[in-house]
Amino acid sequence: MAPLLELNEVSARYGQVAALHGVSLAVDEGEIVALLGANGAGKTTTLRAVSGIVRRTGDVVFAGKRLRGGPEATARAGIAHVPEGRGIFAELTVWENLRMGAYMRRGRRPDLTTVLEYFPWLEARRNQQAGTLSGGEQQMLALARAFLQRPRLLMLDEPSLGLAPLITREVFRVVGDLNEKEGLAVLVVEQNAAIALAAARRAYVLETGNVATSGDADALKSNNAVRTAYLGY
Amino acid sequence: MQQFFQALTTGLADGSIYASLALALVLIYKATEVINFAQGEMAMFTTYIAYALYTHPHFGHTLPYWWMFAVTLALAFVFGVGLQRVVIRPLERASVLTVVMATIALLVILQGAAEWIWSPELKFFPSPFPTSTWVVGGVHISKQDTGTFGVTLACVLVLWLFFRFTKLGLAMRAGAVNPAAARLLGVRTSWLLALGWGFAAVLGAVSGMMSAPTQFLSPTMMDAVLIFAFAGAILGGLESPVGAVAGGLGIGILLSMLGTYVHAVTPELRLPVALAILLVVLLVRPAGLLGRVVVRRV
Repeated sequence: MAPLLELNEVSARYGQVAALHGVSLAVDEGEIVALLGANGAGKTTTLRAVSGIVRRTGDVVFAGKRLRGGPEATARAGIAHVPEGRGIFAELTVWENLRMGAYMRRGRRPDLTTVLEYFPWLEARRNQQAGTLSGGEQQMLALARAFLQRPRLLMLDEPSLGLAPLITREVFRVVGDLNEKEGLAVLVVEQNAAIALAAARRAYVLETGNVATSGDADALKSNNAVRTAYLGY
Repeated sequence: MQQFFQALTTGLADGSIYASLALALVLIYKATEVINFAQGEMAMFTTYIAYALYTHPHFGHTLPYWWMFAVTLALAFVFGVGLQRVVIRPLERASVLTVVMATIALLVILQGAAEWIWSPELKFFPSPFPTSTWVVGGVHISKQDTGTFGVTLACVLVLWLFFRFTKLGLAMRAGAVNPAAARLLGVRTSWLLALGWGFAAVLGAVSGMMSAPTQFLSPTMMDAVLIFAFAGAILGGLESPVGAVAGGLGIGILLSMLGTYVHAVTPELRLPVALAILLVVLLVRPAGLLGRVVVRRV
């Protein structure tokens, strides 16, 4: 079966600086894939290239179709991208942020009951300005909003950034839940390799814009090079 | 007392005109951080379009005022969207300063075009309201002022309802706060910016049509009004639509009161006073009275 998302020799550059040199990777229906690597390895750029935020060369095929166009088109094709910094509308309320998640769907009232199953605490905070939430709550709100897009693939950029370990674990628990119960495929970029490998089935390790290693998460955990470089033991 | 209320109603009527133009400035500023210097000229130009409809040999005088009003608003909307698509959108990736320069160019072009098409001489512009007054407790309340105030604020209210309660309005607010994130949610922000320009043009048309009857129609009629609107927008805070409306009304009332009670402030001094207010606010409280600083936590 063809993978849900497939990158074929994707390159991208910021001005004169090349950030990706022909990255190829795939995400299957219903699996969690981690994208690991040091700062500046091109993890975030890979997601941005898929979304069309940066110009890219090479093919990105999603659900059998070649993706083209900017982030609006990618979102409409069924990919939810929670960007670096979470992309919360700080001045809007929690509820308004959620309604924006359902922006692409027809009908005035989005069905928010399913989202409350996974994020019950949002109900009590619905009229709070989103910018006043804690970092962990903002990350959860971004997840909930992405879920409301009813995507087939969720791309998460550094969900653990700036969060306490306990909160990070909670975020990954919810991601795992969404994957298991909703069959949502996830491509997650992480610096924290330990927690990402625990959640993911497979992983790719990026080094200076190239895929250096890839494989099953369990195999990578015991791979000596990966262990010393990213897991630190 | 009578004098006070008369000054107040005049101030509210003038202020509502400044308020709608100030709101138009804020709409575009909030979405793009660009001050649209052509806002006044856009208002003037659309008022000329209303004038052209009104004096049209075929359906001019058979068309009731409010039809002309509505048709003008529709044309203004198309005009605003068109300007954004043709002039502003190609500059999407340019710096804010470049876009601001483009709006200044637009100002000059629109003023020139209006002079060329309709000649610079003053023209009579009709008012939908009678010149008579109501007398309430000894105070003469001008129907013209009341009508101006009512129509202008009704338009502002409709716009507020749109932003508050519709999905598209919400998307426009979201796009103004964080355009990159909005695009990731499937929002075509480029079109929403055009929509914003459309609304700004409509607000301008309302302020133009409401101010033309009392000061005659001319290619430069909105110059001073735009300065008053600027003062209002800065006073209320350029980031705050509510502040812009309050600021516009405030400037209207203040100028009217000064004109009534401080004899040193002759009509010629209204503009310098407005500019002085603008300057003081920028020096003392650059965020404006209602411009809130967004609370952020990491």
